[in-house]
Amino acid sequence: MRRRSPDFWSGLALAALGGYIVVQARGWDYLTEDGPGPGFFPLWYGLGIVACSAYLVFFGKDSPSDWRGAGRALATWAALAVSVAVLKWVGFALSFAALTFFIVAVMYRRPPVVAALVALGVVAGFYLVFPLALGVALP
Amino acid sequence: MDIAAGLIQGFAVALQPANLLWCFVGVLLGTVVGIMPGLGPPATIAMLLPLTALMNPAGAMIMLAGIYYGAKYGGSTTSILLNVPGESASVVTCLDGYAMARKGRAGPALGIAAIASFIAGTVGVLGLMLVAPPLARFALAFSAPEYFALMAFGLSMVVLLAGRSMAKALLAMLVGLWIAGIGTDLFTSTSRFTFGRMELLSGIDFVVVAIGIFAIGEVLANLEAREEPQLLPVPKGLRNLLPTMQDLRDCRFAFAQGSIIGFLIGVLPGAGSTIASFISYGVEKAFSRRREEFGTGVIEGVAAPEGANNSETGGALVPLLTLGIPGSGTTAILLAALVLWGFKPGPLFISENPNLFWGLVASMYIGNVMLLILNLPLVPLFAQVLRTPVYVLYPLILGVSIVGIYGSSGSLFDLMLLAGFGLLGYLMRKLDYPSAPLILGVVLGGAMERALRQSLMMSEGSLSILVSRPISALMLSFALLILLIPLFSRLNTWRVRALEQKDS
Repeated sequence: MRRRSPDFWSGLALAALGGYIVVQARGWDYLTEDGPGPGFFPLWYGLGIVACSAYLVFFGKDSPSDWRGAGRALATWAALAVSVAVLKWVGFALSFAALTFFIVAVMYRRPPVVAALVALGVVAGFYLVFPLALGVALP
Repeated sequence: MDIAAGLIQGFAVALQPANLLWCFVGVLLGTVVGIMPGLGPPATIAMLLPLTALMNPAGAMIMLAGIYYGAKYGGSTTSILLNVPGESASVVTCLDGYAMARKGRAGPALGIAAIASFIAGTVGVLGLMLVAPPLARFALAFSAPEYFALMAFGLSMVVLLAGRSMAKALLAMLVGLWIAGIGTDLFTSTSRFTFGRMELLSGIDFVVVAIGIFAIGEVLANLEAREEPQLLPVPKGLRNLLPTMQDLRDCRFAFAQGSIIGFLIGVLPGAGSTIASFISYGVEKAFSRRREEFGTGVIEGVAAPEGANNSETGGALVPLLTLGIPGSGTTAILLAALVLWGFKPGPLFISENPNLFWGLVASMYIGNVMLLILNLPLVPLFAQVLRTPVYVLYPLILGVSIVGIYGSSGSLFDLMLLAGFGLLGYLMRKLDYPSAPLILGVVLGGAMERALRQSLMMSEGSLSILVSRPISALMLSFALLILLIPLFSRLNTWRVRALEQKDS
């Protein structure tokens, strides 16, 4: 089977989003006695999304895209998402120190001692600047 | 109020010690941000936006604008010393700036960049001061249909100039409109696209989208590379940074045309400083007696784009402050900042808030002088910023983003959204979807829907109201023409070539 381009897949995902918007918008009033209803504007941009994404799916170019290094970026994003998800239970200091340690030690391959020092320094800096100096609460 | 009286009032505001301090903080931060590759003004302004809620609006606006135009000064330093643009507007400066540095003329290249930025930046502010008040008076005649048409025109320009693929730029804008539509409909109290989550009833905060797309997306994209670029030696001492009299004579035309082209392109929604700098470079090359030497280290090749990208700032503030229409990602965030502080940017903004408008204008004159002083003798010091290890810098950006969002909303749900928009920002970069149309869609979506629905209420549902009023009809015709450009092959070839040059 021919390998599809990234444009094809992104177009398909956006077509699904457009379809969802259109279906939802059809459930709301299109026109009311006072004028356009809540479904008026979403219906039109939903149809616009479907039309443009269909164009990408059928006529999109097989543009080469460089995905080398994407693994590093996606791994960092996953670490960020996990650190945000556990904030509620472990607090900012621990979750953010762990995220920093991950970036320094794993992504940039610095020695664990350097990573630990950077993590501690960054967290301490945040505590000094935000809650103490600016009075802004940390998560 | 006439311009002279307004300017005197503005200097009275801008010269207040607190506002002078914020102006200095803004231009200093802007220079640092401009120098750092991978951290642009939109990301920085978005990150600082939640913190400005604690500040006086005049001081906050002066500081954020300082970051905006200060970054343009700083961007050239990285282009000249590293051959890596500190921000997108300095891409073209790499061509001759880095070539000059390799020939041992880094000092004059940095010096002429600062001088051109100062001259053109000041001309840009002069243009803002002269053009904005009459334009605002003209726009007082606008009603809902004209506003809708104006927003459609602005968005069409952004779509035209933001990406190589019109379909992708349109999709980004439409998704932005959808994000803006999430929440409770103000006309009928209907919940739209809330997925049953209480947190989404009040909509998605623009700051979450902006920080996610710009700051987190940028960090993720930069994390792809492990290596850090090598810095060329930085000349020390003011004497080594000053261009010669011959250099200044060679740059006379570049100063003038860069200032004018930059301002005019800035006023146009969507074009932005990167395009301004490329056009100015092209004009300089076309009219130069030594055009074949461009790219090998010609000083006008630094002065022209650096001038244009600084003058563009003044131009870009014209539609933002007089019509409430931002023309780029950064001005969209500035618009959100004004709304956050309780202002309504539009034709009445200048007359209702003279202190803020004229204070901003005056602060920009002062800021440009501060930047010239900072960027001439202190360039070697600023260049040290480039030695900050990225493994320290990136966690700091992520941390400030998290604390900024939590500080403004106190919601952990917003932090999850932030992570989600960060991923979206990264994927958009990878898949070549421009982010400016999405951000503009989010910022203008609510106002655009309101304007359209008010227009149709006025006409009892008839769309003819949009084309029966001359200004509205004219702007909608332009918007339609712009969107049809891809069908005309020669014009589209020009558009795509310009955008490819910008990316190369």
